[in-house]
Amino acid sequence: MDDFLAARLQMTVSFVFHIVFACIGMTMPWLMFVAELKWIKTGEKVFLDLARAWARGVAIFFAVGAVSGTVLSFELGLLWPKFMEHAGAIIGMPFSWEGTAFFLEAIALGIFLYGRNRVSRRIHLYSGLVVGIAGVVSGIFVIAANAWMNSPSGFDWVNGQAINIDPVKAMFNKAWFQQALHMTIAAFASTSFAVAGIHAFLRLRDRRNIFHEKAVNIAISFGTVAALLQPFSGDISAKNVARLQPVKLAAMESLFKTSKPASLVIGGIPDVEEQKADYAIHIPKLLSFLAHGDFNAEVEGLDKTSKGNWPPVVIVHFAFQIMVLMGMLMMGAGMLFLIFKFKWKENLDKRWWLRLLVWFTPVGFIAVEAGWIVTEVGRQPWIIYNIMKTKDAVTPMPGVQYPLYLITVIYILLTIAVFGLMRRQIKAIDTNPNYLKDHD
Amino acid sequence: MTEIIIFILGIALLLYVLLGGADFGAGIIEIFTGKKGIDTISRAIAPVWEANHIWLILAIVIIFNGFPHVFAVLTTYLHIPLFIILIGIIFRGTAFTFRYYDTLNNDAPKYYTSLFRISSLLTPFFLGVTLGATILGKIPAEIKGTFYEVFMTPWVNIFTFSTGIFMTLLFGWLASVYLIGEAGDLKSRRTFAKTSRIFFVMLTISGLGVFLAAEISGLPLFEKFTHSWIAIGCVVVATLIIPFLWKNIQHRKSLRTRFLAGIQTACIITGWFAVQFPVMVSVSGGPHLTIMNSRAPESTMTLLVYALFAGILLIFPAFYFLFKVFKFRNIEKEKVIGN
Ligand code: HDD
Ligand code: HEM
Ligand code: HEM
Repeated sequence: MDDFLAARLQMTVSFVFHIVFACIGMTMPWLMFVAELKWIKTGEKVFLDLARAWARGVAIFFAVGAVSGTVLSFELGLLWPKFMEHAGAIIGMPFSWEGTAFFLEAIALGIFLYGRNRVSRRIHLYSGLVVGIAGVVSGIFVIAANAWMNSPSGFDWVNGQAINIDPVKAMFNKAWFQQALHMTIAAFASTSFAVAGIHAFLRLRDRRNIFHEKAVNIAISFGTVAALLQPFSGDISAKNVARLQPVKLAAMESLFKTSKPASLVIGGIPDVEEQKADYAIHIPKLLSFLAHGDFNAEVEGLDKTSKGNWPPVVIVHFAFQIMVLMGMLMMGAGMLFLIFKFKWKENLDKRWWLRLLVWFTPVGFIAVEAGWIVTEVGRQPWIIYNIMKTKDAVTPMPGVQYPLYLITVIYILLTIAVFGLMRRQIKAIDTNPNYLKDHD
Repeated sequence: MTEIIIFILGIALLLYVLLGGADFGAGIIEIFTGKKGIDTISRAIAPVWEANHIWLILAIVIIFNGFPHVFAVLTTYLHIPLFIILIGIIFRGTAFTFRYYDTLNNDAPKYYTSLFRISSLLTPFFLGVTLGATILGKIPAEIKGTFYEVFMTPWVNIFTFSTGIFMTLLFGWLASVYLIGEAGDLKSRRTFAKTSRIFFVMLTISGLGVFLAAEISGLPLFEKFTHSWIAIGCVVVATLIIPFLWKNIQHRKSLRTRFLAGIQTACIITGWFAVQFPVMVSVSGGPHLTIMNSRAPESTMTLLVYALFAGILLIFPAFYFLFKVFKFRNIEKEKVIGN
């Protein structure tokens, strides 16, 4: 395997793995906090049980999130030393803030997980809140670094060197807000739907168990809010991408020719040779509106860019379609939930609804992975958009495929181990009346 | 600004060795104390390891933000040992957590335990190798030659191996010192005290070994040492502490032993920094990377200092609280169960 490809694949494997744990790390503490809060408010012991069960999950996922994140922070240099040499001074700042957030998160988590009997109830509750806030904040900081790669600012690029560096401007670059918003909502949508799905599954097996009913309720409420907001935030993202990275938008839509007005392409298989999308549905003028807020606006196509600088159109197009489809499905489920909650409450107890939720378990995470593929693959061949090519940033070390194989095998094993461990944790909820046994 | 950042980097590394290092060391110690120690170790580490581990992330971030060129050079030429460190970090963190929570499966803990122990050896050793490689001066100025010459020679060497062994023993020793105060009963305290004396002897020998290995590898480490007053001072202090330390370990005085061990380690790290200063990475066939010639532009450095200060204001009180909740208590208990 060619070393450059190996480096890219290693980055991909590491991110695809980390992002799942990052989403869980940003969202689970909130679910846990709400359960804890309800326990304190209502005194119903089932909420305490729930908070404890979820806390165990948080501990396990946090550990994997922390180590896979550490791997990433090294890999930025191990795989892309030339990138870090230039970018380090410019976007190091969000990373250093992120470090602070991680510290607070890890400290608060230590107190929440192991300190139930050692600190007052209030401090215990707030430590859960701190975990949630710090998790979201750290996510937002790291996104600033990624957004900078999409929309570089805060420096002047002269003869292959960055001068006049302004880290504050770099951090608050033009893509930062849109990505931070979209990602935070995505984390909530994906994790909440997954949690709701798992507990719906368990509830199907044990209909009388009020435990899973409460769990589904909390999770799907979070999920619904996120799923309803996400398409709006996605629209903000799309408008910004149209402005900041027109090539990416053209690849997402497989818009080969600059058009005025441009129609929205749904589905289809892009044919890069023939420069068209086969079997696609075209909705006239809609893309002009979605990209620029005007039904007759011109939308830049791939033809404005030389073919050598195109991203892999097929991948980006498919990934985008998948993300939007998943987003629509989740929005539909969220609306159903709202309707049932306020109008036909009895439906929330029906088997078919619970089964539907089970099917939704992976949907949010599929959308997250697809969305990141749109963002990252859609930026290619650039690592810093229009400044530095990815291939110029790669490590000069030959034989990168070996660490790639190793990391891939390790992450596959870890995934299996985490799945097995979670299954046993869940089993303990079901069968073991002493599942609350405290570890302290 | 640059000096402040270097100072904080030093503190971060010191704290990583003192806290994160001890967590790794606990895995090493487990090999010696066997089943009996596992409970104490799990209980001692579980609440704090995540937080302890972040000192390393902080150090990495300071390096790539403040000294991006150093980060690029290290990750290029020391790719292999750094990658092995990562493997160790992955396995150790996950194996430890899984073992703690996976109480239902009878088979898995066996695997977790061996993974936990192996990775607890792997990471400290290669951390030591990496640090040794930065001072050895075999990192080339440019990529020229075979794979072995460029990507192995900088770190495959008797000197770096000696620093690797030194680091491993240091971590193990620190862990055994801390664990004296964590153990609930007198018998395990005795075990940890004994382990800590054995490690201390080995550590001292390996410290001398580092100097010997340096001479063999053509690195005039001893000469460099005698040129720095700070380094000499550190050695003097570290040596003077030894008898007190020994006596306190013998009497299983956990608080005082921890304190003295901390000073001892701080002396080692400070001495190391003093010998290196102002070089961050010694390079063969080109100018060394110094604090001055590899730092980021002024605007970045200033903001980094602000960020670090703000971070410290938030982190230190929180850290103090964490340790107050989980660590200081055990020491109080000492009076009851201990002597
Ligand atoms: C639950 C997950 C999820 C869902 C339902 C959606 N997205 Fe998304 N999307 C993401 C999760 C995500 C993401 C993984 O979080 C990305 C990657 C980078 C980012 O900022 O968010 C992303 C990126 C992303 C981008 C690229 C941003 C960039 O490159 O800067 C666009 C244009 C959209 N999304 C648009 C949409 C639209 C129009 C949706 C309509 C339903 C949608 N997304 C649903
Ligand atoms: C979209 C991208 C990312 C998001 C949203 C994200 C978010 C998070 C979150 C929430 C955590 C906390 C761990 C947990 O709760 O499970 C975490 C851990 C971590 N992440 Fe990421 N991350 C992203 C990408 C990255 C990148 C690019 C790096 C480094 C270059 C990185 C480095 C880390 C590190 C070092 C940790 C461990 C901190 C600890 O020990 O708690 N992350 N990440
Ligand atoms: C967590 C969500 C993320 C995911 C799932 C993700 C995914 C990917 C993927 C699929 C690639 C390979 C693209 C290709 O080679 O075709 C890639 C590349 C890369 N990403 Fe991301 N990414 C994420 C966030 C980030 C963040 C936050 C950063 C930086 C701070 C980052 C930095 C990079 C770098 C340096 C590369 C290598 C250059 C390249 O191939 O573009 N990524 N990422």
